[in-house]
Amino acid sequence: MEDDAPVIYGLEFQARALTPQTAETDAIRFLVGTQSLKYDNQIHIIDFDDENNIINKNVLLHQAGEIWHISASPADRGVLATCYNRTSDSKVLTCAAVWRMPKELESGSHESPDDSSSTAQTLELLCHLDNTAHGNMACVVWEPMGDGKKIISLADNHILLWDSQESSSQAVLASSASLEGKGQLKFTSGRWSPHHNCTQVATANDTTLRGWDTRSMSQIYCIENAHGQLVRDLDFNPNKQYYLASCGDDCKVKFWDTRNVTEPVKTLEEHSHWVWNVRYNHSHDQLVLTGSSDSRVILSNMVSISSEPFGHLVDDDDISDQEDHRSEEKSKEPLQDNVIATYEEHEDSVYAVDWSSADPWLFASLSYDGRLVINRVPRALKYHILL
Amino acid sequence: MAAAAAAGPSPGSGPGDSPEGPEGEAPERRRKAHGMLKLYYGLSEGEAAGRPAGPDPLDPTDLNGAHFDPEVYLDKLRRECPLAQLMDSETDMVRQIRALDSDMQTLVYENYNKFISATDTIRKMKNDFRKMEDEMDRLATNMAVITDFSARISATLQDRHERITKLAGVHALLRKLQFLFELPSRLTKCVELGAYGQAVRYQGRAQAVLQQYQHLPSFRAIQDDCQVITARLAQQLRQRFRCALPPAPSPICARLLAVALPCVCFCVELLLALGEPFLAHARGRLEKELRSLEAELGPSPPAPDVLEFTDHGGSGFVGGLCQVAAAYQELFAAQGPAGAEKLAAFARELGSRYFALVERRLAQEQGGGDNSLLVRALDRFHRRLRAPGALLAAAGLADAATEIVERVARERLGHHLQGLRAAFLGCLTDVRQALAAPRVAGKEGPGLAELLANVASSILSHIKASLAAVHLFTAKEVSFSNKPYFRGEFCSQGVREGLIVGFIHSMCQTAQSFCDSPGEKGGATPPALLLLLSRLCLDYETATISYILTLTDEQFLVQDQFPVTPVSTLCAEARETARRLLTHYVKVQGLVISQMLRKSVETRDWLSTLEPRNVRAVMKRVVEDTTAIDVQVGLLYEEGVRKAQSSDSSKRTFSVYSSSRQQGRYAPSYTPSAPMDTNLLSNIQKLFSERIDVFSPVEFNKVSVLTGIIKISLKTLLECVRLRTFGRFGLQQVQVDCHFLQLYLWRFVADEELVHLLLDEVVASAALRCPDPVPMEPSVVEVICERG
Repeated sequence: MEDDAPVIYGLEFQARALTPQTAETDAIRFLVGTQSLKYDNQIHIIDFDDENNIINKNVLLHQAGEIWHISASPADRGVLATCYNRTSDSKVLTCAAVWRMPKELESGSHESPDDSSSTAQTLELLCHLDNTAHGNMACVVWEPMGDGKKIISLADNHILLWDSQESSSQAVLASSASLEGKGQLKFTSGRWSPHHNCTQVATANDTTLRGWDTRSMSQIYCIENAHGQLVRDLDFNPNKQYYLASCGDDCKVKFWDTRNVTEPVKTLEEHSHWVWNVRYNHSHDQLVLTGSSDSRVILSNMVSISSEPFGHLVDDDDISDQEDHRSEEKSKEPLQDNVIATYEEHEDSVYAVDWSSADPWLFASLSYDGRLVINRVPRALKYHILL
Repeated sequence: MAAAAAAGPSPGSGPGDSPEGPEGEAPERRRKAHGMLKLYYGLSEGEAAGRPAGPDPLDPTDLNGAHFDPEVYLDKLRRECPLAQLMDSETDMVRQIRALDSDMQTLVYENYNKFISATDTIRKMKNDFRKMEDEMDRLATNMAVITDFSARISATLQDRHERITKLAGVHALLRKLQFLFELPSRLTKCVELGAYGQAVRYQGRAQAVLQQYQHLPSFRAIQDDCQVITARLAQQLRQRFRCALPPAPSPICARLLAVALPCVCFCVELLLALGEPFLAHARGRLEKELRSLEAELGPSPPAPDVLEFTDHGGSGFVGGLCQVAAAYQELFAAQGPAGAEKLAAFARELGSRYFALVERRLAQEQGGGDNSLLVRALDRFHRRLRAPGALLAAAGLADAATEIVERVARERLGHHLQGLRAAFLGCLTDVRQALAAPRVAGKEGPGLAELLANVASSILSHIKASLAAVHLFTAKEVSFSNKPYFRGEFCSQGVREGLIVGFIHSMCQTAQSFCDSPGEKGGATPPALLLLLSRLCLDYETATISYILTLTDEQFLVQDQFPVTPVSTLCAEARETARRLLTHYVKVQGLVISQMLRKSVETRDWLSTLEPRNVRAVMKRVVEDTTAIDVQVGLLYEEGVRKAQSSDSSKRTFSVYSSSRQQGRYAPSYTPSAPMDTNLLSNIQKLFSERIDVFSPVEFNKVSVLTGIIKISLKTLLECVRLRTFGRFGLQQVQVDCHFLQLYLWRFVADEELVHLLLDEVVASAALRCPDPVPMEPSVVEVICERG
């Protein structure tokens, strides 16, 4: 079996929205939302059979509109939220809603692709995140590690915290805050920090990064001019509570320590166009994935600022192996930050990349032309990190 | 006894020979005599002691031993040996006995003959002696007669001799007395005539006598007179010594003083001791010189110029020191190393104080710009110090002086490097002002090419000026230019590496810093400056660096083994700088246009826009700006190559969205579930086109730069369009805009296909983002564009 060969899947429509099925920790499953103005939009549930290298897909209709952002509930496999465009009276409004997928698709099915297309099912609407007063929804993020009750959504210059009730059938606006300032301020992206008992959210608007405390909905830090141009995305280091990565139109990926906002800890400049997405690996935070509109996906090894700067530390319980490990550790101590691989399977701008929630060595990237590519971390590096 | 004498030095006398202690000598000699006797009589004590390793001398079986016992020997022989060997030994022995017998006979005969002749000789001698005895008797009587005569003559002359001796003594005494009485007047005369040497010699001669007889009143008076005169003499001498400026024959004067001073003190000291007050006095005079120098140095700026200062120092202090040293060496050369050491220490101490002053003065000069004056001053300083340097090699004054000169030279180099850097920064400031000015005034300022030429020539002239200034240090007529430092290290490490290479490095760094720091937000650096610097660096890479280095190498014949930075390294650095600057320029300019396009796309309501009648103003602005950039770059960079295309390309219509070709051309071969979509078109198109690297490095020509800028702009347009939703007329507007861009942008780029591709993609994306894609007729688009 050719281990490192990428697996490619083609969607019929343009697509920007990609998320792993967060609550699923056994099967490798990604959700992809399409963008089409003329046809019914779809959500593709893509199951990847790691052993056989086969992709199985199920298609759900998302008739509400073209999907700009998608996120899956961390608690319930069947629940997901989308931001979608609704066009009416020559006006475009981006709304957000929480949906439930049909029960039988929750854990994936192994129907053949041919059959599934004919039996496209529809999502069940759980609730709208009502934004009539707030403007266009940029993104929806779930509280990580939570019970799937708390949702943050970003609408123009507002940050809204929702409490979903009665098995998500109703979402109540719990609190909100808004950004005041000159000109039209607009959030582009946000992430919920898994640290500090999930009380922090970071958002990006224009060139600025801001941290918010969800309890008081007040700003806790602000990185002005984090990037030379628009900040496109950010992500928290899952293992180091003050570290976050951001990327933007200046082609750079920057790593920040939120305790010192004056300058980045590290800057990468590998892409040749805007960087749209940055994602930390959920378990091994030295692995950082970025997707860019130069059609490339780059996997970087940021050992020096990761939680394991000297490689894998030996656990106490495998004392017997310690001798071997020690000698090995010595040899791999001077680890260098470097680009592990550049993936060039895409031919259009890559707007979304993400790691699988089930397999830490596997990730998917999605380009505008609807091409989804599933790749793995090179095996040599995997063993290097593990051993 | 002859045998004993011969045996004496033989090794047989063995161990007795070695000890040399004086008290052990007597018993030693006795033992030696005993040994000789024993040897003579064949006893083997000496032998035994001398050869302990030999056969046992007491062995009775040893045929040649002293204790040979024939019975024992025979017994042993009979017992131990077989018959054959017995027979052999018997014949052997018989043979030996016979040989010994004949030897003995010969010896006896010879000795007998000698004995006979000895007896004859003795008899003859007896006769001779009897004759000699008679003659000796006669000689004795003659001698007695002679003695008698002699005694008689002496007795006769005795009386007269005594009288003559007495008269001579009186005469001498009288002369001495006369000298003493005349001494005061002689001294006065000598002093008046200036014959100080004579005077001091007189005084030296008379002093002891006067000292001895000072209890006599007449002598006392003389002595007092002499003292007064001597004091006056000493006074005069001191006076003269103090103002002993070059014309005075100071060595003599100093010598006089050196002798005169102790006279006054009535103590006759050794010459070594005489040296001390001499040096102390000299020190006083030299310190006065130093003080005057220090006063000149002054706390305030209006010090005399450095040349004058070193002149003063040279003639006053160094000249004085020379005189002192020469005088001292002449006077006290006899004292050998100790005296020289003392003089060296003296010179070192004063010299270091002098150097401190000179360095203070030179430090004041460090800021100034006039190298020639400084070099001349240094030259004089160094030259003056070479005389005492030769005289006082041990004091190391010349070395110290050379060190000071070297230090000053190094500091000068540093100063020039700073100056060059400042000049470069000044040039940049000028350029900035020049660039900023025309925008305010609204009229054409000096062109970029002119500015570049100005900057280049001004930097070059600065470099040349620095080189010329520094070159003074190595001029042939300058006394220190042949020191190894100035011939080797100064040229290669100092001038070439430190000054020139250092400047080029710092220039590149300064230029590169424009790429790094203000990169965010467009930066405060005007793009034109980036462009200009890039061209400057490129020029440096192609010609200027090698020119400057050749110039340097020619002027300063670099002739040592220090490794020098090769031209290629510098060129590579300059090229890299140029490349980075140009890339940065592209980024900055691309960003400016991108921002314009992005604003125009983001702020418009594309759904409810009206049917396009015009090209949007922003597109015209884009074209204008691009043209301006093109002109700007064209001033500095060559055209570059572009791909050959059909000349008619500006007339090309949009193929992508011309409705006739849209449907049916591509059979639904993708997935059955999906309806056919237009994005396939761009997908397939991409299959045949190369990937476009948006922020890719640029080459050094206009077309490449413009291509880079346009790529960045159009890619931005594409991405922005994809984020919006368009109404029918919105799409048409995009169509018009893109066609307009197409009409005007193709001429700037290397490969116009690239512009087509990107613009096609923009229109295709806009069509995708349009729920009601009805494109405008190409002919209408053309009409609008031509009108606009």
